[in-house]
Amino acid sequence: MTVTTNGSGISNRLLDLIPATPNQLTRKDFTSDQEVRWCPGCGDYAILATVQGFLPELGIARENIAFISGIGCSSRFPYYLQTYGMHSIHGRAPAIATGLATSRPDLSVWVVTGDGDALSIGGNHLLHAMRRNVNIKILMFNNRIYGLTKGQYSPTSEVGKITKSTPFGSLDRPYNPASLALGAEATFVARSIDSDRAHLTATLRAAAEHPGTAFVEIFQNCNIFNDGAFEALKDRDTRDDATLKMVDGEPLLFGAERDKGIRRAASGGLEVCAATDENVLVHDAANLDPSQAFALSRLTGDAHGVTPIGVFRNVDMPTYDEALNDQVAQARTKLGKGDLLGLISGNETWTIN
Amino acid sequence: MSEQVRERETRRLDRVVVRFAGDSGDGMQLTGEQFTSETAAFGNDLSTLPDFPAEIRAPAGTPAGVSGFQLHFSDHDILTPGDAPDVLVAMNPAALKANLKDLPPGADLIVNTDAFTGGNLKKAGYADDPLTDGTLDSYTVHRVPLTSMTINAVNAAEGVGGAVNKKEAERAKNMFALGLMSWLYHRPTDGTEGFLKKKFAKRPEIAAANIAAFRAGFNYGETTESFSVTYEVAPARMRAGTYRRITGNIAMSYGLIAAGELTKLPLFLGTYPITPASDILHELSKHKQFGIRTFQAEDEIAGIGAALGASFGGSLGVTTTSGPGVALKSETIGLAVSLELPLLIVDIQRGGPSTGLPTKTEQADLLQAMFGRNGEAPVPIIAPRSPADCFDAAVEAARIATKYRTPVFLLSDGYLANGSEPWLLPTIDELPDLTVTFTTEPNHEGPKGPEFWPYLRDPETLARPWAVPGTPGLEHRIGGLEKADGSGNISYDPANHDRMVRLRQAKVEGIARDIAPLEVDDPSGMAEVLVLGWGSTFGPIAAGCRRVRAKGLHVAQAHLRHLNPFPANTAEVLRSYDKVLIPEMNLGQLRMLIRSQFLVDAIGYNQVRGLPFKAAELAGVLEDVINQ
Repeated sequence: MTVTTNGSGISNRLLDLIPATPNQLTRKDFTSDQEVRWCPGCGDYAILATVQGFLPELGIARENIAFISGIGCSSRFPYYLQTYGMHSIHGRAPAIATGLATSRPDLSVWVVTGDGDALSIGGNHLLHAMRRNVNIKILMFNNRIYGLTKGQYSPTSEVGKITKSTPFGSLDRPYNPASLALGAEATFVARSIDSDRAHLTATLRAAAEHPGTAFVEIFQNCNIFNDGAFEALKDRDTRDDATLKMVDGEPLLFGAERDKGIRRAASGGLEVCAATDENVLVHDAANLDPSQAFALSRLTGDAHGVTPIGVFRNVDMPTYDEALNDQVAQARTKLGKGDLLGLISGNETWTIN
Repeated sequence: MSEQVRERETRRLDRVVVRFAGDSGDGMQLTGEQFTSETAAFGNDLSTLPDFPAEIRAPAGTPAGVSGFQLHFSDHDILTPGDAPDVLVAMNPAALKANLKDLPPGADLIVNTDAFTGGNLKKAGYADDPLTDGTLDSYTVHRVPLTSMTINAVNAAEGVGGAVNKKEAERAKNMFALGLMSWLYHRPTDGTEGFLKKKFAKRPEIAAANIAAFRAGFNYGETTESFSVTYEVAPARMRAGTYRRITGNIAMSYGLIAAGELTKLPLFLGTYPITPASDILHELSKHKQFGIRTFQAEDEIAGIGAALGASFGGSLGVTTTSGPGVALKSETIGLAVSLELPLLIVDIQRGGPSTGLPTKTEQADLLQAMFGRNGEAPVPIIAPRSPADCFDAAVEAARIATKYRTPVFLLSDGYLANGSEPWLLPTIDELPDLTVTFTTEPNHEGPKGPEFWPYLRDPETLARPWAVPGTPGLEHRIGGLEKADGSGNISYDPANHDRMVRLRQAKVEGIARDIAPLEVDDPSGMAEVLVLGWGSTFGPIAAGCRRVRAKGLHVAQAHLRHLNPFPANTAEVLRSYDKVLIPEMNLGQLRMLIRSQFLVDAIGYNQVRGLPFKAAELAGVLEDVINQ
């Protein structure tokens, strides 16, 4: 493998292992010849355009990027990118990506998944990938519904959701994906919105700059089966009051007039307060203790009138990939390159003449 | 040593079967292994069969917790661990109870009389003491107060008495038993003393206690009058070369490492611990200097998923499991069939269904390997026939997987996994060159210039090109959706799907042209009955054939290594005999395949007792079929 220094602005110790591209790539270089087949108006189009527009920023060779997906509408994503890709089976993309990323440190490996794929059938793999801190970037499109199977409720649907499979309302409480990721001690957890190109691009950039697992929840509108699920966060009239844009190192303020802030509540969680409150918290995504990030993830539009977006947590910890490949390198340093005949002979042989 | 040198008869035997049995905490596996090492060093041919419960420490003193180790050794080549022991070492009443039914009348029985207390007898389910109630009248019983003599020996040993506590002293009793058996069969003892020093290097007092017990056992044999005869088994005449002793799981591990070296691909093992396959993970994780990555995943599905992801990236992906794990991996195996990437699926079969008999052997996953997926999803299947053969089977599986870009099943089982035999070590020029070359250039002229078509096949093998990420200009996407023949783009076209299903099938069937023909062992050339087997039944079947041939009867034997596809001459072999008998440790899975594929009315002989066949039993079945 040729390893050259990555010349782009985005850099981390693992990204630097990937060959840089000598050419300035553009969005077009990342567009495959396949016809995009999502429903007209689907939020996935906006995410695809943003990702295609962002990938040139990585500054790495196109052939050293791989997108792995599972099953669902979102998982068609790899077909539309001119990179290496695998459209795998339901829920297993994090496991497959783990094998690829750990065995190929010269690749930038991305997982594209949805709320059903990642949190229902593939929940176990998602948790363990994040726990291990494998160097993969997971983009989870959350539309709070099952689209490809035509409209059943998902593990992020609100209680009481009326769908084809729940004509009297769904019964089970939804997951909060960011809380789940933080509970698994993911080293990078963020949330963004399909239609906010600037915010999504900045979030992708932060994820790419993170060595290790980056979990990015992207609110994505399914205009066929769950239209308007995130309308309050998108509508010009309501979005500034409904959205808290977290910025590392800055006070947690929001509102059209930036008149509201976040402070610690007596319950141990967080609550909305006036921007002038002396206890307004400063966002600290790099804090090794995930407690405040978790508390932020518990803020919801329904309960608190505000939904945080941005990076909840971003801490630099050893990655599984580095540790695994270090063990291989150390074994080679200590024992030399493997000697097959020496190995199979073992310590006790006898010879018959 | 004794002061009085007795004149004692030494009887020469051509073969002996010994069995050690005790509580699962008594160290019987270690004792058996060490007796086997002495025997290998002496130059006998040998075959072993460990038999232990699934529970790590089942209730002490009960028959459920008994752990056994059987060894068959000889002055000629042998094929099985032996049908019945000639001598049984029973460390407690439960071990006696669990094993006595296997002991033929007249056999030697060495019992640890110290363990025959009221409590232990009750736990074993004995109302009366079998040592005194006549139960053992038909055996040659050697009553040895093993525990107390061990404690005395340890306490008397210089620098040991006092350095170890009573429990530690007592735990050395398995070495007393080993010493006694080593004396009885004239085994060399240097190896065991060296082994104990090394094993307990950090606790020299424990090493000394065990060596004291071992020597005491040996000396006890020399002095006691209980044994009027000792036995000698001369070294076997075996093919010239360098040998070692090996179990199936270690041979499989080495075969996988060799596969990585021979294909020049980094080995990636994605797996989840499961009995009886975990030892392969343990072994491979020790040898990272070969560039091996081992990944203990969160579950069976993630294990194979990671292995397949690594294969996509140009590694030799491997997953190891047993039957229940295969069930969980089925969907990913189907994906590998669709992606047409190399992948090795190692199934160490055990008793099923469900959790079944985790530590016992069975070969009932054949149809699962053959058909256990949705859709038409053919996967080549290879089965080793003996512990050492696991090495060659793994290398052969890697050859097929990489050459034909396909997942391949390796069907071993619990008997092969834990059983051992001498292995004539291969030399480097006996190993095939399996170097893999990745595709690096476009293979199709498109309207806008050169393109890479991931499903444009090699016309001879029907294998697709393998272009790995990092190769400039060959960026492509593959997946589980049906692909257009050639371009690999998603296709729902009916005719294309029909073509792709048939192409995948034809690719696997075509492997028949590239594998060794089925060999038949028919020494007289007069046989009318063919006995056909696969996998670990090779030894018992061959031993059974020898027995009936020794009686002047004629029988032919053939053993399948490739179960999918079958060798090209299989039909011809089957049709050359009037009757075909297929013994299997299942209810007739190979027989079903043979009948459906070749319309041959094969006769089945089937057992699912969690144990390998016995040679005598198969000989009887063969005689019946021959004489019918």
